[in-house]
Amino acid sequence: MPIYNMTYETMPKEELKKVQFTRLKATLDRVYATVPFYKNAFDQAKIKPGDIKNLEDLQRLPFTNKIDLRDNYPYKMFAVPMENIVRIHASSGTTGKPTVVGYTQRDINTWAELMARSFSAAGATHSDIIHNAYGYGLFTGGLGAHYGAEKLGASVIPVSGGNTKRQITIMQDFKPTILTGTPSYILHLAEVATEMGVDFKSLHFKAGIFGAEPWSENMRSELEEKLNLKAMDIYGLSEVMGPGVSIECREEQKGLHIFEDHFIPEIINPDTEEVLPYGETGELVFTSITKEAFPIIRYRTKDITSLNAQPCSCGRTHIRMNKPTGRADDMLIIRGVNVFPSQIESVLMESKKISPHYQLVVDRKNNLDTLTVKVEIDEALFSDEIKSLQNMELSISNDIKDYLGVSAKVMLVEPKTIARSEGKAVRVIDNRTF
Amino acid sequence: MYAEQISIFIENKEGRLAEVTAILRDARVNIRALSLADTTDFGVLRLIVDNNETAEKALKDEGFTVGKTKVLAVEVQDQPGGLNLILNCLCENDVNVEYMYAFANPQCKNAIMIFRFDDRKKALKILTQKNIKVVTTKEICDL
Repeated sequence: MPIYNMTYETMPKEELKKVQFTRLKATLDRVYATVPFYKNAFDQAKIKPGDIKNLEDLQRLPFTNKIDLRDNYPYKMFAVPMENIVRIHASSGTTGKPTVVGYTQRDINTWAELMARSFSAAGATHSDIIHNAYGYGLFTGGLGAHYGAEKLGASVIPVSGGNTKRQITIMQDFKPTILTGTPSYILHLAEVATEMGVDFKSLHFKAGIFGAEPWSENMRSELEEKLNLKAMDIYGLSEVMGPGVSIECREEQKGLHIFEDHFIPEIINPDTEEVLPYGETGELVFTSITKEAFPIIRYRTKDITSLNAQPCSCGRTHIRMNKPTGRADDMLIIRGVNVFPSQIESVLMESKKISPHYQLVVDRKNNLDTLTVKVEIDEALFSDEIKSLQNMELSISNDIKDYLGVSAKVMLVEPKTIARSEGKAVRVIDNRTF
Repeated sequence: MYAEQISIFIENKEGRLAEVTAILRDARVNIRALSLADTTDFGVLRLIVDNNETAEKALKDEGFTVGKTKVLAVEVQDQPGGLNLILNCLCENDVNVEYMYAFANPQCKNAIMIFRFDDRKKALKILTQKNIKVVTTKEICDL
């Protein structure tokens, strides 16, 4: 399979480390000079960019957490003036405010290249037609994949999410060969196709690139069987860049190559923050080393995984991360949308001015994630009229959709029916299996 | 002049209604009238009982959410057009019925219907003007 950037993707380890160190130094100098948050954090840790003498010294630097991004909302983490920013994306924050990220023109070019590399790793070339079912908008999935597809020189169909039946007609008529989207939505597409009497095997796909939510090897088998294509996992998060931080290669489909000439990964023990050796499971931490607008130093992703430094048969020298197996926090990913229980609580408090007991129940029905929010009724919420109770369910559901961008069924339940362990309500029941 | 109704939130679960009636039985509360409105997930049980305070306390002690609403208990002629007579005069004056339910009156020929109106005060005024009998909670309890 062709490798998009042979020089960097197959660079010998020692040389790659030199590139990483040069780029890391430049990034550290820049963030210290331009982002007050990093200057303060480094000063507090009594460390100067000049103290970093080799890659191992990265461990001496303080971590960056999602809460730091919220505290610097919206633009205070940017390392360039606004006139140099050409794009803004945002993802869910832990409370009401989203996490905002910015890109310079060079950042957009880098991102496009990394997505082009990802498409190549999946076996795509400039003669492919890419059906991009990632949502377009503030979410990085749609535009990220789009620019990468164009950079590769492929033909991209910017179909976005939703309008499932129309998507299937497009797949039949436009004959796309590469499919991208969240795995749960793609499986839903497959089911709707079956209902419409369309056999995926009669379509023209050779590969799919699926990400933005965790998925299992079982789901891979199901996707490959139902869709008659090779399914590759892609990883990314807006805080680090977006999709295209790492990708599985078509040859092995075993672990995602992290583009190490742009990002340095570490695995830490989430409790002690101690750096763990390759192979051990812990929280994934990223440092960006080429980003201009939104450089990020030792960002705690909360994703739990491990790193594999073994050589890969595809020829890429970049380290692989295993499929993330869980989260170090309570974030849920529902149809590609990040949802924190605390956000639901904020919505309930804002829309109903109350702080009720609630619980999120996540299921996967017909391969589509569903979110049910159970809310315990109390006298302030109760009415003798069914109509007003149903209107209340609907208005909470609309508010959740407005604030979080995720559809939820709201269900009123009797008091004290939400399970409590050690007096604390159990906030999340996730019935999905990954 | 108003009657007081208690309402209870219950999930659509097997045996839940029987639990409510058992609580009221144990509290020696007599149910005079009842209606159950339901959706797929939950229902609202509305009750006229002989002792609201005892009923409310017993249900709350068992963890139920209990609401109280003022409703109108109206005597309805047990003959063709009896109910229509009442509804017509309210409708002419733009008073809407939110819900209603009936129970038999063992003491006389007439039925008694419980009404929840969107404008309770206006409804009472109209009914009084029309000489339609509105029954109080006490009268219901004494039936």
